[in-house]
Amino acid sequence: MASLNNLQFQEFEEAAELLSADPGASTLSMSGSNTPSTTASAGEDVKLDLSEDEEGQQESSELLGGQKPSGGFWTFEYYQSFFNVDTMQVLDRVKGSVMPQPGRNFIKYYLRSNPDLYGPFWICVTLVFSVAISGNLSTFLVERGNPTFHYRPQFHRVTIAAVVIFMYAWLVPIGLWGFLTWRQGAERQIGGYSFLETVCVYGYSLFIYIPTSVLWIIPYDWLRWTLILIAMVISGSVLVLTFWPVVRDDTKVTAVATVVTIVVLHTLLAVGCKLYFFQTAASTPTALPTSSTLHNHTTLAVKTN
Amino acid sequence: MAASEEASRPFAGLSDVSISEDIPVEGDISVPVGPSRRDDEFSTLDEPVKDTIMRDLRAVGNKFIHVLYPKRSSALLRDWDLWGPLLLCVTLALLLQGGAADHEDQGGPQFAEVFVIVWFGSIIITLNSKLLGGTISFFQSLCVLGYCIMPLTVAMVVCRIVLLVSSGGIIFAVRLVVVMASFGWSTFASTAFLADSQPPNRKALVVYPVFLFYFVIAWMVLTYSP
Repeated sequence: MASLNNLQFQEFEEAAELLSADPGASTLSMSGSNTPSTTASAGEDVKLDLSEDEEGQQESSELLGGQKPSGGFWTFEYYQSFFNVDTMQVLDRVKGSVMPQPGRNFIKYYLRSNPDLYGPFWICVTLVFSVAISGNLSTFLVERGNPTFHYRPQFHRVTIAAVVIFMYAWLVPIGLWGFLTWRQGAERQIGGYSFLETVCVYGYSLFIYIPTSVLWIIPYDWLRWTLILIAMVISGSVLVLTFWPVVRDDTKVTAVATVVTIVVLHTLLAVGCKLYFFQTAASTPTALPTSSTLHNHTTLAVKTN
Repeated sequence: MAASEEASRPFAGLSDVSISEDIPVEGDISVPVGPSRRDDEFSTLDEPVKDTIMRDLRAVGNKFIHVLYPKRSSALLRDWDLWGPLLLCVTLALLLQGGAADHEDQGGPQFAEVFVIVWFGSIIITLNSKLLGGTISFFQSLCVLGYCIMPLTVAMVVCRIVLLVSSGGIIFAVRLVVVMASFGWSTFASTAFLADSQPPNRKALVVYPVFLFYFVIAWMVLTYSP
């Protein structure tokens, strides 16, 4: 209890800044230590989770990380509890995913037991469309000088992008959360993350790929690889900074393997998107006519010989 | 025992007293009939078919006019209907066909893809707005989002007409301007109706998906190539 208070006390000043910037923002506080900040705010949707029941609540609402939803999963209010965020909170989380700092754990600092599904879902949707549209634009720009090129909207790419990105954003967190929970099952540590928090951090970490995919329209290969590298460093560091504190208590091999797997999967997504959607001039299908003319030349050469 | 004595006492006391006139013992115990249903007033079964169809068409046309001049009126919201959105969606999907038809998988969106994007997009945006605490009802929101596709459908008609002339650079610039103007109009019209139903600190969270929805439809309209 005392350690939890001490941990949260450091983050308290930034919370006071946030609240003074937007006093109408709804806040959820974990324990009574945040009471002065809540009186400073408008006090609208403040839920004080008084610390006596903390252990009980954490045990009973493991899946949701301390925030108890109302009703069963068949009621509307259950799902409404996953969308309990304001504009400023979403923007703040996006900012935190773009500028990771070594001391700040994304889940502990930005989510604060209020994971939402709004951010991950709409970031994934935006990423799907931005990748498909930017890929289409880049193909168009690359092929502009080619007289045989006829512009095609290539709408089937939206479907492919949607399948890939949504599978990544949902299946990988499921796998990671399942693995981490299994590893921690023996020790019953409180340090594990809930499923929703894992999905949330993966969703927000994909945000950096949206401006990256728009910048990939510029048809220089070295620029694209540089952008991929920057995006992977930023996005990967958000994930690593979030999951390292949980994993480092495990055996060294498992810890390193987990972190490496996270980074490798993230890399695969970025590189795969780039290679499939943003093809350079050498790898586009219009190379076929030139190879057939080459074939004609070689047959002619053989014949004359 | 005491209860029966209590019960018999008023009667016991009344045996020698006649009922005086100042004790009213009259009343109305008839069950009030519920308000007569609207159907009883004018039954739509006997009217000519033309009247029935014209009533619905007039309602749809009225809403089209509301989209053209978006004011913050609640008339659109109260009498929602989904005929207009269906008509617009089918028109848009049909107009988006026939382009780049020789390559099946490299062309524009198929009919089913347009349908899915429009209807599932509207449903998801409506769910999103309700989950964020909006007070608008499900079908009202679907109605508004569907009707506000009208500027983009008009832009599609204009684009197809313009593309009959040629498909050069100037024509592309004209199409770009028309599509961007209609995209802005659609977004503005729908937010004029939807934004009022949201708490003020979440307005942007509701407006952004609407923006994305019309952006995708505008993209499909713009990239149509014959």
